[in-house]
Amino acid sequence: MNLRSAQVQRLTAENVTLGYDQRVIAENLSVEIPDNSFTVIVGPNACGKSTLLRALSRMLKPSQGRVLLDGQAIGSLPAKKVAKTLGLLPQSSIAPDGITVADLVSRGRYPHQGLLRQWSHEDERIVTESMASTGVAELADRAVDELSGGQRQRVWIAMALAQQTPLLLLDEPTTYLDIQHQIDVLDLCAELHETQGRTLVAVLHDLNHAARYATHLIAMRGGKVIAEGPPQEVVTAELVEKVFGLRCQVIDDPETGTPLVIPAARRSRAQAAAEV
Amino acid sequence: MTVTAKARPVRLPGGMSLRIERRALAVGALLVLAAFVMAVLLIGTGDFDIAPWDVVQTLLGNGTPADDFIVNDLRLPRVLVALLVGAALGMAGAVFQSVTRNPLGSPDLLGFSYGSAVGALVVIILLKGSATEVAAGALLGGLLAGAAVYLLAYKRGIHGYRLVLVGIGASAMLLAAIQYLITKAQLVEASRAMVWLTGSLAGRDWAQVWPLLATCAVLFPLVLGQSRALRMIEMGDDAAYAVGVRVERTRLLLMLAAILLTTAASAAAGPISFVALAAPQLARRLTGSPGANLLSAALMGSVVLLLSDWASQRAFGADQLPVGVVTGLVGGVYLLWLLVTERKAGRI
Repeated sequence: MNLRSAQVQRLTAENVTLGYDQRVIAENLSVEIPDNSFTVIVGPNACGKSTLLRALSRMLKPSQGRVLLDGQAIGSLPAKKVAKTLGLLPQSSIAPDGITVADLVSRGRYPHQGLLRQWSHEDERIVTESMASTGVAELADRAVDELSGGQRQRVWIAMALAQQTPLLLLDEPTTYLDIQHQIDVLDLCAELHETQGRTLVAVLHDLNHAARYATHLIAMRGGKVIAEGPPQEVVTAELVEKVFGLRCQVIDDPETGTPLVIPAARRSRAQAAAEV
Repeated sequence: MTVTAKARPVRLPGGMSLRIERRALAVGALLVLAAFVMAVLLIGTGDFDIAPWDVVQTLLGNGTPADDFIVNDLRLPRVLVALLVGAALGMAGAVFQSVTRNPLGSPDLLGFSYGSAVGALVVIILLKGSATEVAAGALLGGLLAGAAVYLLAYKRGIHGYRLVLVGIGASAMLLAAIQYLITKAQLVEASRAMVWLTGSLAGRDWAQVWPLLATCAVLFPLVLGQSRALRMIEMGDDAAYAVGVRVERTRLLLMLAAILLTTAASAAAGPISFVALAAPQLARRLTGSPGANLLSAALMGSVVLLLSDWASQRAFGADQLPVGVVTGLVGGVYLLWLLVTERKAGRI
């Protein structure tokens, strides 16, 4: 169940200790993101999954250990160079008042630009492509504030795409979205992974979404990786109970054949508790 | 070219390209023109009125000796101080409003201007220093207040809201210090202090122009060079990091430059109120482009200050008002309007 091999992956965390101020969230944590995978990190609240993603995207500096991008410590690399390899969709970003979709997406070109190279033909082409592949091309001249939550998330993803990074990290990209927009965004991620060959790493709350879309799953609890591998191997009733403390059945998703977690009914959970 | 309907790329040989927004360019050109016209009118205004055409001729070196003395020795320095102070305040205000993501985040309200005032008053009242020493005191006071506010507001990086709150607290304390100093002062020093506190352009000569010009010549290009990074920071720290901006470093650099610009302006003309608050917002409404418009804000600052100075000399006849009174009056109305619209928009 381990994908680790002799081959070195582009993005890895080596024995990192992560935390904020004095509070340690994860200790001695090692993770490899398999190249060309759609990796999803799952786990209960406060398990350290978002913290791990922040460390992988260099937002959070490990107090010990290091995060390696192409074999080099990510904190020691020039900021713009990292930004050409590794993109991030943060959990909350602010669209400046009145900015148009095209203008926002074009900001993703920042790491490729300089004071004397502010807008090349390539920038133009890539921004157009990014908007087309996220389905926001027809919104190009609309103000971002006027859009729905789902459309806005697509615009932010388009901006991250315009950065043209082989690696893209997404921090809870479906939070605050309606169910149809959640699926919409995840379908878009799967498409980017399949058709453009990008390596995606996402933190998701919904285990069933993770099981359906991920090619590689990392399950965390208490700052430790409990299991990792393809969802078919990782998502079992036993593991869900271990990681989330939830009794459940795991069946095949009738749509995709991937594992589908059905939480046990209240009565059977109560009975189980009484028996213990 | 539907993608960038508003921003027209200018491509130069060698793969160089600049991104210029047409409307911002037009607004910039208009503001430069307005500043020039106001400057000429202002030079022509005074005890001896000079016709605009004669002013231009004199500036070009073709004037009569009498006009030459009045224009180049007496009035040009004052107008240049107004131009530079306005531009410095406009740009500093745009930087602070962008960094704090708050239209109220101007040096007036963040305490730096009061820091300058305390510095100047200490020199005037306690040390009884010369005009140059007063300017130095204002500079030092502003920088100390700026450093104190920055450090007090720093907690894993600077956050806009905390900076505004700490700044308002610092302003209150510095205001108390100002009032204490004035109660301690003799009558002569107290009136000198009050004149300084109002902010005035009267009697400014070349000695004020040169240090201010040098400061602006260094800091304007530095700040403008960071304007693209500043636009990224407006989207949030995480989004800016993601595209490769070193957020904390850029922000520290820009804030330092903005504090220096504000204090240099205060040192030259006293704490002229509300220009830093109003100019960036006016510029933004004219250019219609989101985020900080640093250059337009600087030009707008110059125009606002020149207009105010002209009004203070024209509208009130013989007993000229210090320009700080006019900017205060106009700015107070503006602040009320801003508070009302922000309240309606649910942002405060």
